[in-house]
Amino acid sequence: MTATVEAPAPHEPRPEAPGFRTPRRDAAALARAGAWARRAPLLPALIFVVAVTQVPFVITIVVSFVNWNSLYPNDVAFGGLDNYVNVFTDSALRSSVVTTILLTVTVVLVSLVLGLVVALLLDRQFLGRGVVRTIMIAPFLVVPVAAALVWKHALYNPEYGLFNGALTWVAGLFGATAPQPDWITGNPLVAVEAALIWQWTPFMMLILLAGLQSRPLDVVEAARVDGATSWQLFRFMTLPHMRRYLELAALLGSIYIVQNFDAVFTITSGGLGTANLPYTIYQQFFQAHDYGAASAAGVVVVIGTIAIATFALRSVSTLLKEENR
Amino acid sequence: MSAPTLERPAAPPAVVGRRTRSTRASSRPGEVAGRTLGSRARGGLLGLVAWLVGLAFFAPVAWMVLTSFHSETDAATNPPSVFAPLTLDGYANFFGANSGASPWPPLINSATASIVSTLLVLALALPAAYALSIRPVTKWSDVMFFFLSTKMLPMVAGLLPIYLIASRIGALDSIGLLIVLYTSMNLPIAVWMMRSFLAEIPVEILEAAALDGASLPSIFRRVIVPISGPGLAATALICFIFSWNELLFASVLTSTQAFTAPVFLTSFVTSQGLFLAKVCAAAVAVSFPVLVAGFAAQDKLVQGLSLGAVK
Repeated sequence: MTATVEAPAPHEPRPEAPGFRTPRRDAAALARAGAWARRAPLLPALIFVVAVTQVPFVITIVVSFVNWNSLYPNDVAFGGLDNYVNVFTDSALRSSVVTTILLTVTVVLVSLVLGLVVALLLDRQFLGRGVVRTIMIAPFLVVPVAAALVWKHALYNPEYGLFNGALTWVAGLFGATAPQPDWITGNPLVAVEAALIWQWTPFMMLILLAGLQSRPLDVVEAARVDGATSWQLFRFMTLPHMRRYLELAALLGSIYIVQNFDAVFTITSGGLGTANLPYTIYQQFFQAHDYGAASAAGVVVVIGTIAIATFALRSVSTLLKEENR
Repeated sequence: MSAPTLERPAAPPAVVGRRTRSTRASSRPGEVAGRTLGSRARGGLLGLVAWLVGLAFFAPVAWMVLTSFHSETDAATNPPSVFAPLTLDGYANFFGANSGASPWPPLINSATASIVSTLLVLALALPAAYALSIRPVTKWSDVMFFFLSTKMLPMVAGLLPIYLIASRIGALDSIGLLIVLYTSMNLPIAVWMMRSFLAEIPVEILEAAALDGASLPSIFRRVIVPISGPGLAATALICFIFSWNELLFASVLTSTQAFTAPVFLTSFVTSQGLFLAKVCAAAVAVSFPVLVAGFAAQDKLVQGLSLGAVK
């Protein structure tokens, strides 16, 4: 990268006023000035991100050690690990940890598998392939709150939702009466998961399809000529090639779905055992006004995501290496 | 990771999908005749399956659009009245014909917050991407991964301090606050995307421009922006989509003045009586800009969603 442009940078700070300066110190100052000229365009973005994302998190860590309920503004005191003990002993909070894991793992895995199936289907020639690809993206482009509202009211509603309506219609063809389940009350978590899977499958599909299309086709053709069956091609050529794309899709998906708030908030309002950590933190902050406990829960979420993030970073960096090889 | 592993790609890969398409099409006729017939039948079947799956995923969207054009009574029937007469009542309702609650203030708030934060993101990310690809700082890959790691910090963890700081400085319920937050939310994505776009610009062009005595601003204006224009547009669209969709911060940090369209959506459903057509009309109306932006940026969408890691 040393062969890049050495354009005169406008931000280059002037070397300090020369007094009795040896040539060597001059060179060092110039090098330093050059380094700063390189850094200058980066600094605004870096400072902005640090100020808006890192500083608040440091405050969150501090508050997580303080007993602080905004309803009792005079009782703010250092509480040590009290809030963390609360996070792990409070049954509501603990169950929200479990819910978060269940929700994230289910949605990521199912949408990953579905996304792979759809990507494989779309990775072949057929009439209207572009159209199908386009309409497949649509679920991801509906505003999440709007999608959750439509699922809750227009699809799940037991009286006039599309699901029960379709059941009635199909049963009507056979002159029978259809069962009319109450989808959300019956399986609240599954209801939230289904809506999220619907939204996230296109996301997985897009990344996996890009992966499929980056396969070295000559090798695949050679293997086919050598008499490899489709299953062998998939198992021994496609899947190994797709591994890092699957990882990338899973990890990026996890990062977004762990943080999901919209679907839980809209479809069940966190009721019926569907409250995940972001919703619980929101609730503690908004309804219980327990700033300390909300912060401690926030720190726990972050520690949880750091575990995922470490893998994610590694996966993305191998992809970058691959791409730039 | 050492810097040499992340060198700029020798040649930007062509649009992969198209290459695949043509290669495959040309390889097909060479196959053994007996197998072609069977695989053609199977191919047709799989194409049909692809269509069915695609339609199944599209069905809720189609139903949402169809219901938004039905009257409230036709929208709430069981079995569904697919062929009921179409009407614009749902949209009239959404735009405040009966309730008097106009959706325009939240829509304008959303548009302001999304567009201004996107412009801010571009203004901050373009120089940063320059300093990370064309004329890189020494530890540039560390910086890249720092940006990415901030994206993995759940936003909800910073909610309380942001609320406290905003209320102390009197910034609650202001669009300015949302703009700042959305900018920081999208900046890491934009830096990653733009770095990958800037890395595709051939070094020779930049060197030639520098030799001709072009200043840095004019290199930006005359070389970098025109060449990576489509990439910048895609970055902008994705930042716009994420800002437009955001609910958590908007619902906590705004109330009557700066509330955005997603917050407005969550608020008006509580009304009594039939409201299905109105909800669907609202969902369509609020999603419309995102659908348009998303379909327009289709080809670049995957690169943005994978933070530039997948082309």
